[in-house]
Amino acid sequence: MTFLARILVFPREGVLDTQGKAVEKSLNRIGFGSVREVRVGKYIQVLLEADSEADAAAAAESMCGELLVNDLIEDHTVQVGPWKP
Amino acid sequence: MRPDHRAAGLSDAEYGEIIRTLGREPEHAELMILGVMWSEHCSYKSTRRLLSSLPTSGEAVVQGPGENAGIVDIGEGWGIAFKVESHNHPSAVAPYQGAATGVGGIIRDVLAMGARPVALLDGLCLGGQSCPEAAALADGIVKGIAGYGNAVGVPTIGGKTLYDGCYNSNPLVNAMCLGLVPLDGIVSSRTARPGQLAVLIGSRTGRDGIAGAAFASSGLADDTRSSRPQVQIGDPFVEKLLVECCLEIHSKGLIVAMQDMGAAGITSSSSEIAAKSGTGIRINADLVPLREEMEPWEIALSESQERMLLIAEEEALEEIGSIADRWQLDWAVIGEVTDDGLFVMTKGGREVVSLPAEMVGGGCPSVQWPSRKPSGGVKGRGVPSGLLDPPETARCLSTILEDPNLAERSRIYRQYDYMVQTNTVVPPGNSVSIFRVRENRSFVAVTMEVDPWKCSLDPFAGAAETFLKALRPLWVSGAKHLGMTNCLNFPSPEDPENHWILERSVSGLAAVARDLACPVVSGNVSLYNESPSGKILPSPLVAVVGLQDCNSPPLRDSATLEAGSVFLVGDTQGTLGGGAFSRIITPGAEHNPGDYVPLKEKDFMERALKTVRKEAAAAGRAIAGGGLMTSLAKMCIKADIGIGLDSAVLDSDPECLFGEWGPRAVYLVPERSTELFLSCWEGFPVRRIGEITPGGLTLDGHEMLPEETRAEKAGRK
Amino acid sequence: MTDLVWHEHTTLPRDTGLVVLPGGFSYGDYLRCGAIAAKSPIIDAVIKHASSGLPVLGICNGFQILTEIGLLPGALLANTSLDFICDFCHVRVEREDTPFTGHYRKGEVLRIPIAHYEGRFYLPEEQLRALEEEGLVVFRYCSPEGVTGEDFTPNGSPNGIAGIINRKGNVLGMMPHPERATESLLGSSDGAPLWASVNSWIRGRLGV
Repeated sequence: MTFLARILVFPREGVLDTQGKAVEKSLNRIGFGSVREVRVGKYIQVLLEADSEADAAAAAESMCGELLVNDLIEDHTVQVGPWKP
Repeated sequence: MRPDHRAAGLSDAEYGEIIRTLGREPEHAELMILGVMWSEHCSYKSTRRLLSSLPTSGEAVVQGPGENAGIVDIGEGWGIAFKVESHNHPSAVAPYQGAATGVGGIIRDVLAMGARPVALLDGLCLGGQSCPEAAALADGIVKGIAGYGNAVGVPTIGGKTLYDGCYNSNPLVNAMCLGLVPLDGIVSSRTARPGQLAVLIGSRTGRDGIAGAAFASSGLADDTRSSRPQVQIGDPFVEKLLVECCLEIHSKGLIVAMQDMGAAGITSSSSEIAAKSGTGIRINADLVPLREEMEPWEIALSESQERMLLIAEEEALEEIGSIADRWQLDWAVIGEVTDDGLFVMTKGGREVVSLPAEMVGGGCPSVQWPSRKPSGGVKGRGVPSGLLDPPETARCLSTILEDPNLAERSRIYRQYDYMVQTNTVVPPGNSVSIFRVRENRSFVAVTMEVDPWKCSLDPFAGAAETFLKALRPLWVSGAKHLGMTNCLNFPSPEDPENHWILERSVSGLAAVARDLACPVVSGNVSLYNESPSGKILPSPLVAVVGLQDCNSPPLRDSATLEAGSVFLVGDTQGTLGGGAFSRIITPGAEHNPGDYVPLKEKDFMERALKTVRKEAAAAGRAIAGGGLMTSLAKMCIKADIGIGLDSAVLDSDPECLFGEWGPRAVYLVPERSTELFLSCWEGFPVRRIGEITPGGLTLDGHEMLPEETRAEKAGRK
Repeated sequence: MTDLVWHEHTTLPRDTGLVVLPGGFSYGDYLRCGAIAAKSPIIDAVIKHASSGLPVLGICNGFQILTEIGLLPGALLANTSLDFICDFCHVRVEREDTPFTGHYRKGEVLRIPIAHYEGRFYLPEEQLRALEEEGLVVFRYCSPEGVTGEDFTPNGSPNGIAGIINRKGNVLGMMPHPERATESLLGSSDGAPLWASVNSWIRGRLGV
């Protein structure tokens, strides 16, 4: 079965997110005064084959551990679901 | 439904010509292809006749125009391939990607000659800094150049940046690349023979930049956002792999001919090889590695980046494939060279395109637009400018130094890796950029100039002066010019006044190229630089490549000296027309352009080169924007020295102090070299105008350069 | 003698003394700078080389790769200015007792180029303190006179950290480019002693 893993990677709490700060300032400057904080991360989408959703989720987690995420500086979340083309 | 030929960008006359040549109506894909290949961008139809007036041969020229880049001989069997190319329209709609892919494209042009890319320069004409839209474009453009050039590992060693409101929504991005090539290893695009195979290496093909070439041949639409799908995305990592891969394949002697896939992608690269080689070529669209499902004409015209087309013998295929695999690049045989003179494309076994290769890749009928001298007259009237006392001179100088066009550019070039490859001898921020060539122990010097203000005042004299402004600093640094490349950035040639200005500008360039024996070896034309808010000023950009042997080190444009004399060579008076003084201090005043006097330039050249050869000066600077005082101020700031000027030998009018045009330079000369220096300049106007002092730039004891200005400009704050 | 080793190989040349992970944009800096290169087949051999006590030097992207491999602690984040910075800067030598710095004196100031977008060293505060207490910072950005501080740190790196070494003292990572500062023709030769240092060290160690 084919599954779609959506992986969100964003800077860890406590790590100065210079990009986020820059975007936050710009948003405030162009009139979005209500913006309190911005953090800029990345979204990674992985299509993978697995026997079950649980297997797919486990595989995606280990991808994060081995390559996609550096947990010294980044947090992440993984969402897995069946892939609908 | 058959698309209208006008929608494909063809005029009625052009369409008639096509039907006459083919003896039939073109198929849909054929029409789309001809629309692009006969666009101004691909065919140079409006300028071909004009460009033929440029001298293209000379002692050092190994390859003139007509190939992917020109090549000059730098001795001991080595050559420098170089070219400048515009990416103006793409940068106006997507500044980061537009500028980035401009860099990528010019690197592949140089690579296509078999050369290893060793240096980049960029000519940027950006909008006024007070315009937020222009500032955002400028930022994106610089980031795009940095993002691509830094990652691909080719140093950005210099260039030219200027600001004017006419570029607010139509910035100019002219990217230049220089490559090092062994003269016995030059690759050509005219050497294909029937039976050889066409191999595509690099990125997969997608819908990027479909019909971008046609896009570059018309004015910018009102809403540039709607043009966005046409923009290509650059991948500097794949480009780096492509460079190494193609050079490795070439080093094994496996390449017969090579073309980069720029504008009009597979169509232009393959049809040009066929047209130049006098063969045909048959491309099978089914074999092209794709990212997505595409129509045949889209495959033919896609401008997906980071692709090269190689022509090779069948026996070479296995080795080519294994090299490409090692570099993890996609590759495929997509066709073969034929002997029927046709550019054919098949899809699913059916011929969807069958056109004479010459008709596709050999250019279309020239277009002759009418010319008319602008009615208002283009020359100033020569308003007398009056005299300046020292305090007034100081005020003018500080106003000029505040102008963004005269400011130093470290905020930009610090974002470029200008040292990678470890050959950069004179980095950005100097009058010339110089890198060394280890292979033959020489220095290659490069300069780039564009001066829209002088060109709009007098296109002939202005273009000539632009060229000379690129030549003089080379000479002063000790390098002899070998050849030039240019990019003709102009508005629509369909307007008779624009066309007259274009013609006169090309004449100005041709005159200098001829008189000073600096041939044009490559170039690019970018017309239709207009947007609803107006058209750009005439902006021909010139880049000159020069050579210096390593026996005498390049002369710097400033030096830290304890003591010595300051000499002015050349006329005491410059000319104000189109210069910084007239633009910044007396806007609205009309001043005359300068005269181009070839003999004076030649004299200047010989003496400047001799000065370096004899090591007769500690520093030298050709006088350019902002004139004598600005040049002196920059020397003081840069080397943290002082200069005391002797007002008795200087005139106190702006022509002397701030005038531009013509061969003039300032030299710093140690006392022991004075005689030697004077002997170098014998027979040319030369006078001692002051001396090196512990600090400050003074005229008659008045400080011209307050300490705050010095510190701020030197970045010491 | 210097050999280039292909990233897909799995062994280093016999008798390798120093392994250098040079600067550059491995894999276009995609995902995170150094992350993909850290998974190259050759890396196991580099780790083995390091664990045998022989020197490994990571410069710029090489430093980033070393942190991704885990041979050095921390990570390199975007410069505070969010600009790529290419410039000569000054760094102070903090240790002269490493294989890489034996030809320098402690406190010596070097003029040496940087060229990076991600050079701001990061470690959580406590670990950073430990790193400092253990004296693992080898180079620090400074003024031409050797004064450290935020004003003299081009990329916002904490404590002006420009280069660090592992506890064992044989793996050095640094953002500045010593290989770009070996000839005065190109602006500085202050990086040359680093190469001489490591050369002497290897000769001493291998007895050649």
